[in-house]
Amino acid sequence: METPLTQHIVAGRKPLSLKEYEQVGGYQSVRKVLKEMTPTEVQNLVKDSNLKGRGGAGFGTGLKWSFVPMGPDAAMPKYLVANADEMEPGTFKDRLLLEGNPHQLLEGMIVAAYAIQANISYVFLRWAYKLAAQEITKAIQEAYDAGYLGKDILGSGYNLEMYLHTGVGRYMCGEETALLNALEGKRAHPRAKPPFPQVSGLFGKPTIVNNVETLCNLPHIVNNGVEWYKGLSKSADTGTKLYGVSGRVKTPGCWELPIGVTIRELLEDYAGGMQDGYLFKGVLPGGASTDFLVEQHLDTPMDYASIQAAGSRLGTGTMIILDDQTCPVGFVHNLQHFFAQESCGFCTPCREGLPWVERLLLAIDQGRGHPEDIQALEFHTKYLGPGNTFCALAPGAMEPLQSALKYFREDFERHIYEHHCPWSKVWQPSI
Amino acid sequence: MLTAEEILQIEHEISLVPKRKAACIEALKIVQHNRGWISDESLKDVAGIVDMSPAELDSVATFYNLIFRRPVGRHVILLCDSISCWVMGYEEIRDYLFTNLGIQYGQTTEDGRFTLLPNACLGTCDCAPALMIGNDLYRNLTVDQLDEILSKYS
Ligand SMILES: Cc1cc2nc3c(=O)[nH]c(=O)nc-3n(C[C@H](O)[C@H](O)[C@H](O)COP(=O)(O)O)c2cc1C
Ligand code: SF4
Ligand code: FES
Repeated sequence: METPLTQHIVAGRKPLSLKEYEQVGGYQSVRKVLKEMTPTEVQNLVKDSNLKGRGGAGFGTGLKWSFVPMGPDAAMPKYLVANADEMEPGTFKDRLLLEGNPHQLLEGMIVAAYAIQANISYVFLRWAYKLAAQEITKAIQEAYDAGYLGKDILGSGYNLEMYLHTGVGRYMCGEETALLNALEGKRAHPRAKPPFPQVSGLFGKPTIVNNVETLCNLPHIVNNGVEWYKGLSKSADTGTKLYGVSGRVKTPGCWELPIGVTIRELLEDYAGGMQDGYLFKGVLPGGASTDFLVEQHLDTPMDYASIQAAGSRLGTGTMIILDDQTCPVGFVHNLQHFFAQESCGFCTPCREGLPWVERLLLAIDQGRGHPEDIQALEFHTKYLGPGNTFCALAPGAMEPLQSALKYFREDFERHIYEHHCPWSKVWQPSI
Repeated sequence: MLTAEEILQIEHEISLVPKRKAACIEALKIVQHNRGWISDESLKDVAGIVDMSPAELDSVATFYNLIFRRPVGRHVILLCDSISCWVMGYEEIRDYLFTNLGIQYGQTTEDGRFTLLPNACLGTCDCAPALMIGNDLYRNLTVDQLDEILSKYS
């Protein structure tokens, strides 16, 4: 089984320096695209590879790039941004790539920037990733010194500057248009689309925002080609995927595997199964903003279409496990507390609705709920669902709630009729 | 008053962006790094240098969780209260800190040593529960590790 993204990452060992990275073939893709390929050829290669964005939405990477205006009349400068904000609860995959092999990210960014002819690039990194910040700073310096960044890269005439920007803590900074506002020194509110950032993004110029894992795939696609890339996967989606498991399992962690391994394989073969004394009850397959799946879905392959057919989203591919000794109402309440707190407050349904949902869930969890509260929650899952709010934060927040109401309804009802939490673990909101 | 060194650093950040305003978050970070938090006076000074009104800059500053507009202790403890840490029992850690530091969330110990804040997912959910103090990340926490951890910070 090939693991291109993580092959040079060893737990507990420092990431490869530029010299070491070059010795194992690093930066060959940069040489190749600059010397042998036109930007359009790179775009077409990535389109043919069928790489889908790993940031959560799963949009085709090559297709997304193809909306960037090209040629001598295109607005300049163009920008490329690596989205390394990673603040979704339960998600911890990009951290592995950032801390483990920063040069691979830089290499992918240079390929992407060349493909859209961007001359300025940013790594937008969340504040909490201190080690990653150190490693990326060092890697950027090494890349400048070796001539992979800066003016006239490797004598090709192509220029690219790269900067590290560390965020100041807000989930919304991960949303691509809000991220651009944050980079411009504003509140991280999302922007209206159209215009799409590909046409009018950072400082009004064409901009591509790509997830860290997405970008890390690029050197390998360029070096090994489309057929090889397709062969890595077990499903219609191509390549490998970083999958993670957290919760009451024996060996929580993060692994690079062919796209299409099943939830059961991840849970049992990689995460070692449930901890002794705990039973599996449900799973959020792709982070905090995805729908619960349950026992009957354990054999679902973790690819975009299969997870969607099962009623959820692959999202970030990092699963959070709900066990039988954890209260599902408390679980969902914790999630809604996060979303309510992180709502940017820009649009009314989300700003007002999420705190309402949070309060209803707290009341139910504390045994103060009424039967009609469940209906009120259901209304909210519709009113805050897709199309009713300005960005995808609120609809994302509704995914775990609507599916919890579907699969764990009895548990919600028991809280209400018994006037207490059967698990007696009442989660109190902070502040 | 900003120091000459601070002004130099902020001007450098400004030189990297097309508009002075665009460097405002970097400027706040520089000042907070030196002073621990952003006082009204610092806010006014920074606003002046990045061409914003204090109110406009305050609206940016208060949006972000990790720009502190109130004084904090010498060490800020960021305790993850998100889902994986909740499932794995972070509340025990929280309660121990409440009791042993004698403070609640948002408060600072009397000796000015620690401020305790809840924080969204620290991105290390496979090693839950977790907290951060300054640049240091502590994972797979149990209550009996806490005394030793806290003793490292004076
Ligand atoms: C509230 C919110 C937070 C997000 N956070 C992240 C994030 O931390 N990292 C990320 O790559 N994408 C995040 N996304 C998705 C981005 O908006 C965007 O789709 C993604 O960065 C595009 O990269 P990709 O095409 O390579 O997947 C978030 C979306 C929303 C709505
Ligand atoms: S849905 Fe929420 S986070 Fe998104 S724009 Fe509206 S208020 Fe902001
Ligand atoms: S939930 Fe605590 S680190 Fe992710």
